[in-house]
Amino acid sequence: MTDVTIEIRNKTHHGAQTPTIENFSLSLGAGEFVCLVGQSGCGKTTLLNSIAGLDANYVGNIRLSNTTQSPKIGYVFQQPCLLPWRTVRENIELAFASHTDYQNAHVESLLDFMQLTAYAEAYPKQLSEGMRRRVSIIRAFAINPNLLLLDEPFVSLDAPMAREVRLLLENLWHERPHTILFVTHDLREAIALADKLVFLTSRPMRVLREIRVNIARNLRQDTQQIEDFRSKLIENHPELHELI
Amino acid sequence: MFSKTLSTLSILVFLSLWQLLAWYLNSSLLPLPQTVAYVFFAHCQSGELPYHLGVTMLRLLVSFFISMSIGCIIGVALGRNEKLNAFLDHWLVIFLNVPALVTIILCYVWFGLSESAAILAVVINKVPNVIVTLREGTRALDKDLLNMAKSYQLSQFKTLKHVILPQLHPFLMSATRSGIALIWKIILMVELLGRSNGMGYQLHLFFQWFDIASILAYTIAFVGVIQLIEFAVLKPIDNIAKRWRL
Repeated sequence: MTDVTIEIRNKTHHGAQTPTIENFSLSLGAGEFVCLVGQSGCGKTTLLNSIAGLDANYVGNIRLSNTTQSPKIGYVFQQPCLLPWRTVRENIELAFASHTDYQNAHVESLLDFMQLTAYAEAYPKQLSEGMRRRVSIIRAFAINPNLLLLDEPFVSLDAPMAREVRLLLENLWHERPHTILFVTHDLREAIALADKLVFLTSRPMRVLREIRVNIARNLRQDTQQIEDFRSKLIENHPELHELI
Repeated sequence: MFSKTLSTLSILVFLSLWQLLAWYLNSSLLPLPQTVAYVFFAHCQSGELPYHLGVTMLRLLVSFFISMSIGCIIGVALGRNEKLNAFLDHWLVIFLNVPALVTIILCYVWFGLSESAAILAVVINKVPNVIVTLREGTRALDKDLLNMAKSYQLSQFKTLKHVILPQLHPFLMSATRSGIALIWKIILMVELLGRSNGMGYQLHLFFQWFDIASILAYTIAFVGVIQLIEFAVLKPIDNIAKRWRL
């Protein structure tokens, strides 16, 4: 695994007066879990889309550190984005460049880890929304990406289901540590998951502050620990209050 | 099972009404169903009906594949490219509204009473319909799925095969069904005006002889073949493509 560097000097939407992203610079350590926290509409999804190459209309570069090589990216969208006419296994298989790249044992272990082995041959419409989200997470992990982008993957899930999927994601990341850039507007969720929080300004979007989460991983399920960290954060950084 | 019974029942009701009306009128303008059946087998035995039906079917298949190929390419291109659509949209509307008869006459006048002119006339009439259907289908493609394909760097072929074509399937089937229905009607006109064989040519002869039984026998034969295409080709394709919806 290698560090990933993201530098976007300017990203302006067609016809807009002000840039959406300006002088954005972020380094992610190998295997680091970074959460981007910002208000709705500040440009978080635009940033992820730019990184994923869905929107190439920006000035800057996204590369693996010390190289000019672009990272291999796995993307978990807000919606699962599964092809309804392909089974769970076929959806995962499609993310691989070719049949020869497909690693059956790896995919099987991911399905097992996410408790979906029994549903490997099911179509997405036969799954619950939480299961579909898990499939999209498996698909992203399966290709062994250099950088995993997750754009509010638990949005529109009810609280217990969101918690279940989040725990599975966290455990999976422990087992197979990938460099993750996770977008959320829920600070508690970000604190529970991240090694590092990156707070973003509203448009034009820039990095306002980077803060390390120094709660031990085994204490992250304790809501009191999360609340204490959040309170301290607001107390020490009043400028973040508006964002959270 | 219930719907099959209803379907059979409706055919029996239709045949009974036909029989009663034919008895009541007692005219050569409406022959009895059994007379039509007798004429049908007689034409089959002489080899006339299979020959003319075969010629028309060949024209139908050639025109259909040319129309669908050109229409799909242009339709998808227009659905993906707004500028190209703006450039060609007026022409599309014009061609949609040009009467089939005008196109057929012009093709025969300009290119002679040839097979290629006949096929061209059918293609010109059908292509705009395919373009419009496929353009709307392409516009309705799910952008999120296309983004997913792009983010996972799927090749263009894979994206077309696994992401785009399954979404266009209902539009392709609609263009196919309406295409076959429209093309065979145009082909009859083309054959009637400028060919010396085919169903249209034969129907024209029967019309001149006021041979209603033969007209009905040929019509039944053609409708039968179209139904066979529907049940033996289109429905199975539909079932395979829609199995994930079950």
